[in-house]
Amino acid sequence: MARRVGIEVSIAVSEAVKLADVDLIAAYPITPQTHIVEHLSELVADGELDAEFVPVESEHSAMSSCIGSSAAGARTYTATSSQGLALMLEVCYIASSLRLPIVMTIVDRSLSGPLSIWNDHSDLMMERDIGWIQIVALNGQEIFDMTLHSFKIAEDHNVMLPTQVHMDGFTLSHVIEPIEILDKAEVDKFLKPYVSPMSLDPEKPVTIGAVGVPEVYTEGRKAQEEALLNSKDVILRTWKEFGDLFGRYYEPIGTYKADDAEIIFITMGSITETCMSAVDQMRQDGKKVGIAYIRLWRPFPFDELIEAVTKADALVVIDRAISHGGPGGPLASEIKSALYHQAQRPFVNSFIAGLGGRDITINVFKEMVEKTEKTMKKGVEPGYEFIGVKE
Amino acid sequence: MARDQGIISWKELPLGCAILEPGNAKDLRTGDWRSKRPVTDYEKCIKCGMCYIYCPDMCYIPKDDGLFEWNEYYCKGCGICAHECPKDAITMVEEEK
Ligand code: SF4
Ligand code: SF4
Repeated sequence: MARRVGIEVSIAVSEAVKLADVDLIAAYPITPQTHIVEHLSELVADGELDAEFVPVESEHSAMSSCIGSSAAGARTYTATSSQGLALMLEVCYIASSLRLPIVMTIVDRSLSGPLSIWNDHSDLMMERDIGWIQIVALNGQEIFDMTLHSFKIAEDHNVMLPTQVHMDGFTLSHVIEPIEILDKAEVDKFLKPYVSPMSLDPEKPVTIGAVGVPEVYTEGRKAQEEALLNSKDVILRTWKEFGDLFGRYYEPIGTYKADDAEIIFITMGSITETCMSAVDQMRQDGKKVGIAYIRLWRPFPFDELIEAVTKADALVVIDRAISHGGPGGPLASEIKSALYHQAQRPFVNSFIAGLGGRDITINVFKEMVEKTEKTMKKGVEPGYEFIGVKE
Repeated sequence: MARDQGIISWKELPLGCAILEPGNAKDLRTGDWRSKRPVTDYEKCIKCGMCYIYCPDMCYIPKDDGLFEWNEYYCKGCGICAHECPKDAITMVEEEK
């Protein structure tokens, strides 16, 4: 029977990895991911989890080990953050192009410089175009559940893609939350052992990672793109199956009081729950506001997004990263491109907020709405704004 | 319309572009980008086998008489064999076409 416990969110992630009965963990510690892998290494050392724990010398080696392990047919896990993810990036492309169902928790943190260990979505956005599935958690229960989902999604033979589950560093990873931890029998009902469709086997030799000449490379990329797009069906099916078993249902775009909202916030990650409190307060003041939050970032759920937001007058898009020298926030540019073909679309106001661990308080959400109301009156969509920046 | 330049449909590519047939690199003609070809003067050759050992594409095949036969399918014309031959028996000659 599942039990509801007060537990640090990072430890709950490790417990989910244990319940998924992984075969190999290769990881290098980096703030704020450390508690996850420290706990996993303890579980392995204490004999509670029968897996190989490979204490590699860098994140580059962590992902390289994961690739070897996954190619050999083992259920494989790693976790990292920020600079570690940047060091790993080269190898991350290889994991997705080789179609290896590695699962990775990314505890989101800003990138240097200035050197910062605090939370934003710079690392999440850095991974945007590398062909992995990217799922974003709101709270501790979600990251626990999503960790279990990820193995099932990634390892589905119609998917076979590595999967990242993101959670905000510190503001989520280091807090203690009440989380319902499933027991082994329950997890086993949902998640079956991994069967690789093409593992390395001397009896049936295959070559993986060979050169792709210009006459093959484009086809390789097209196949990978189709696989990522098609993964959405499996993601939806997996979430449905999990919901039917345990009562917690997930959608690619979650909404909060959005049905009749005139102004809708677009958020990702743990700021969403603060935003909910801000929405409740603004509703009391008679403002029709709501939220649409992104749980599935890659493949991007265009249809669900359009469905959730097109009726609103305006969107307040909150980016926790910036595409330097470009259109501003990567989330806002995604939303704008999603709405481009709509005959009638809401006014889009884009804010860069919460960089490098700066708090986004309820008042900041309110200020964004006030600013949006003002610019709507002028009728001209502004560019993006760094909210709260000291001039 | 852009010409289809692929050699295999993306729908038929094995998972992750894996190669399922072991050793199929032997079908890959590396000799088609050669601009010079090595020509051996068997009068000068002392059958030492240096060309056979050094060729990065294994283009020399030992024959029963101890000499080495050149394989034009793989030779990419790098000139290593000519450089290594202790008797200067190998000359790099411009390809005609
Ligand atoms: S030219 Fe290069 S590839 Fe050709 S036979 Fe000599 S060593 Fe081999
Ligand atoms: S290296 Fe020169 S001498 Fe030696 S076997 Fe080859 S051609 Fe003959």
